[in-house]
This record gives sequence, structure tokens and C-alpha cells, in this order.
Amino acid sequence: MNIVGQFLAIIRKDLQTEIRTKEILSSMLLFAFLTVVILNFAVDLKPRVLREVFPGFLWVVFIFTGLLGLNRSFKNEQENDCIYGLNLAAWESSIIYLAKTCSNLFFMLIMEVIIVPIFFIFFDLNPPSLLGIFILTIFLGTFGFTAVGTLIAALTANTKSNEILLPVILFPLIVPLILGVVQVTKGVFLNLPLESWSYWLKIILIFDLMYFLVPALLFTYLLEV
Amino acid sequence: MHWLNWITLTVIILANYLVFIWVPLEKVMGAVQKIFYFHVATAWVGFFAFFVVFIFSIFYLITKNERWDRYSAASAEIGVVFISIVILTGAIWGRAFWGQWWTWDPRLTTSLVLWFIYIAYLLFRSAIEEREKKASLSAILGIIGFLDVPVVWFSIRWWRTIHPNLMETGGKMAISPKMGVTLLLAILAFTLLYILLMTRIISLQKLADEIYRLKEEIRSHWI
Repeated sequence: MNIVGQFLAIIRKDLQTEIRTKEILSSMLLFAFLTVVILNFAVDLKPRVLREVFPGFLWVVFIFTGLLGLNRSFKNEQENDCIYGLNLAAWESSIIYLAKTCSNLFFMLIMEVIIVPIFFIFFDLNPPSLLGIFILTIFLGTFGFTAVGTLIAALTANTKSNEILLPVILFPLIVPLILGVVQVTKGVFLNLPLESWSYWLKIILIFDLMYFLVPALLFTYLLEV
Repeated sequence: MHWLNWITLTVIILANYLVFIWVPLEKVMGAVQKIFYFHVATAWVGFFAFFVVFIFSIFYLITKNERWDRYSAASAEIGVVFISIVILTGAIWGRAFWGQWWTWDPRLTTSLVLWFIYIAYLLFRSAIEEREKKASLSAILGIIGFLDVPVVWFSIRWWRTIHPNLMETGGKMAISPKMGVTLLLAILAFTLLYILLMTRIISLQKLADEIYRLKEEIRSHWI
């Protein structure tokens, strides 16, 4: 099997497991939905104020929900030492990283496609006029989050307290990404002038690129022990 | 390392003399400004300690020599202590000068994020049992964590340009030559302290390893 074939095979395996067990997506969706409801109870804001804080809500929900999926993604491979099998099967360890990142990204994007409309409905907001940039930002932000998150999940899967350690390690690392995506989302939502927020896309892109390439390089060290 | 103890002690006493007696009071801020010498010096050592973690983590992954892992662990521990001092002294200074304990100033915020990253690093280390696994995995974290520093710094600086930046508008301080000398000596004192602590922690680790080895020996002897 060539590299692309191996890459696709791992993704197919993850999707197939998910279709059969339905444990990741269902819990992510329910959790995100519940958080939207809780947020509505917790804050009762005027529409103008709501538009200001809405981007923050959106990303907090995405991140917390994303954790659920990330926590599972390598812990499942520890059962029956599946990770060794994966490592033996793949030519390059980085293929495992890339495939895992892609399947995590895929799960999160599905969750977001469903949750974002629910957000708009439950908060009674209209989608922003710059819909394209809004979607692009969600994609880039989610990509950066899963890229670094997949690596940290692979690291913490080796510990007993992985569920606690994953957010503790991951959150400080994604500070720049969160700052960036919230600023861009806010700019889009409040119809602020383009030049007051577009430069944040640079930070997001740098973050995405760095935290995609460096883990791909380091992943072989992770699997060899 | 007998002589290092004495040199460090002498430089620390000398630095304290310069800070509290020799250097003139700052005109605007008065005595509070003296915290500056501790704040900047610990900040320098703290950031340097994390840079050392980064470098030694790379060394470890290349050579697989356990020594580099020990050095990284020791440096991270010291770095966390020093950055804690930075955050505390920064808060005290901010309270005295800007009237509030905490501002989201780029420097303070970057220190805080770093503090979180390296506490997580230490927690992660303590959560893994096997020696070799611990070394490799935490080396990866040591590299990833340090790469974040410049991105954090720039993003927080951009973020703060939207809001008024207290540091830029009211915090400018003219440094006289005497102050410069005092600051340099304070930095030297804390750097020596860092090196001294490194040697102490590393010898402690060696002793712990020796005890472990002896225990194993006794155990195998009795079985």
C-alpha cells in the first residue's frame, strides 16, 4: 500500500469505528447542544451586547467540545495495543499523525456544521454578511486546534490522568489561536472595517502551519517508545 | 562546586547592596521602583531557563542521552519558580504604579501563559512512570511549548493595541548609568543562582537514581 493508501486506510478505520460505536460524535453533539442551552440560562443579554460576546461563546463551546473527541482519539488506540499495530503498518509515523488529525478535524467540522445553526437559532442571531470569511475562520481555527490537539492527545494518552492533563497542556498552547479566531469572528459579526481585524488571519495561519509541520516531524519520536 | 556557592553568595550580597543602598531613588516611582531589579532579573532567568529546556529537549531527541532529559527537568523546575516571582513582583509593581494588581500587558501576559505551559510540562512529567518514555515525550512537549512563545508574544501585543496600553503611555522609565549597573549585577546574581540551583537539582537526581539502583540490588539479592 502506498503512502496515500495508508493515510486513507487509517481515516477509514476511524470513521468506520465511529459509525459502529457512535461514541465520539454523539457525545460531542449532545455536549455542545447542552452548553448552548446552559449559556442561554447563564447570560440573558441584550442583542447588541450579545453580538459582542457571541464569538467568545462560540469558540469556548468548540474548544470544550473538541476536547471530548481528542481525549478519545488515542485512548481508543491504547486498548489491545492497537497503537503498535498502527505503527507497524505505517511506513512513516507522520502518516498516523496526519490521518489522526484529519479524522479529528472531520469529527469537529461535522459537530460545528450542526451546532452553529443551533447557536444562531437559540441566541436569535442572524448569520453575518461575510459568511465566507466566517466559515473560513471556523475552518482554520478548528484545523489549528486539532493539529496541536492531536499531538497533545497522543502525548497524554500515555498517562493515567489523560482526561485532566489534555486541557491543562493544550489550553495555554492555543492562546494565540483563540485570540486570533475570536478577533476575526468578532470583526465579521460586528461588521468592523476589514483592516481592523484581517491581520489576525496571519497569526492564525502561522499557528496552523507551525503546529501542523512540527508535530508531523516529531511524531516518530513519540511512537518509538 | 564549593567555589560556586561562595561566588554566588558574594554577588547576591553585592547586588542587594547596590539595589538598596547605592543606587539613587527613581524620581517618579520612588522606592517601589527597586522591585524592578528583581523583576527584570528573574524574568531574564525564567525565560532563559525555558530556552534551556527547549535546547536540551532537542539534544535529548537527537542523542537519547538521559543527561539532557535531567537537565531539561531541572531547568523547567527552576524556570517555573522564577516566572512565579516575575508574576508576583509584576503584580506588586503594577498595583503601586498603575493602581491595579493585574493588567493584560503583553509582557505580564506572556509570562503567565509561559507559567501555565511549564507547570503543565512538570505535571506531564510526573504522570509518566517509565523513564525512557517520560524523557522522549516530555522532550516533545518541551519543544512544542517553547515554539509557542513568540506567537503568544505577538498575538498578545496585537490584542493589546486595541485597548489602551498602560506600559507604553505611562510606564516609560529613563535608566541612569547607575541603574544600569545595578540591573546588570542583579541579572548576574540571579543567573549564578540559576546555575547553582541547576547543579544542586542534578546532584539530587543522581542521588535519587543511586538509591533506586541500590534498592533494586537489595531486592534482587533477597529474591
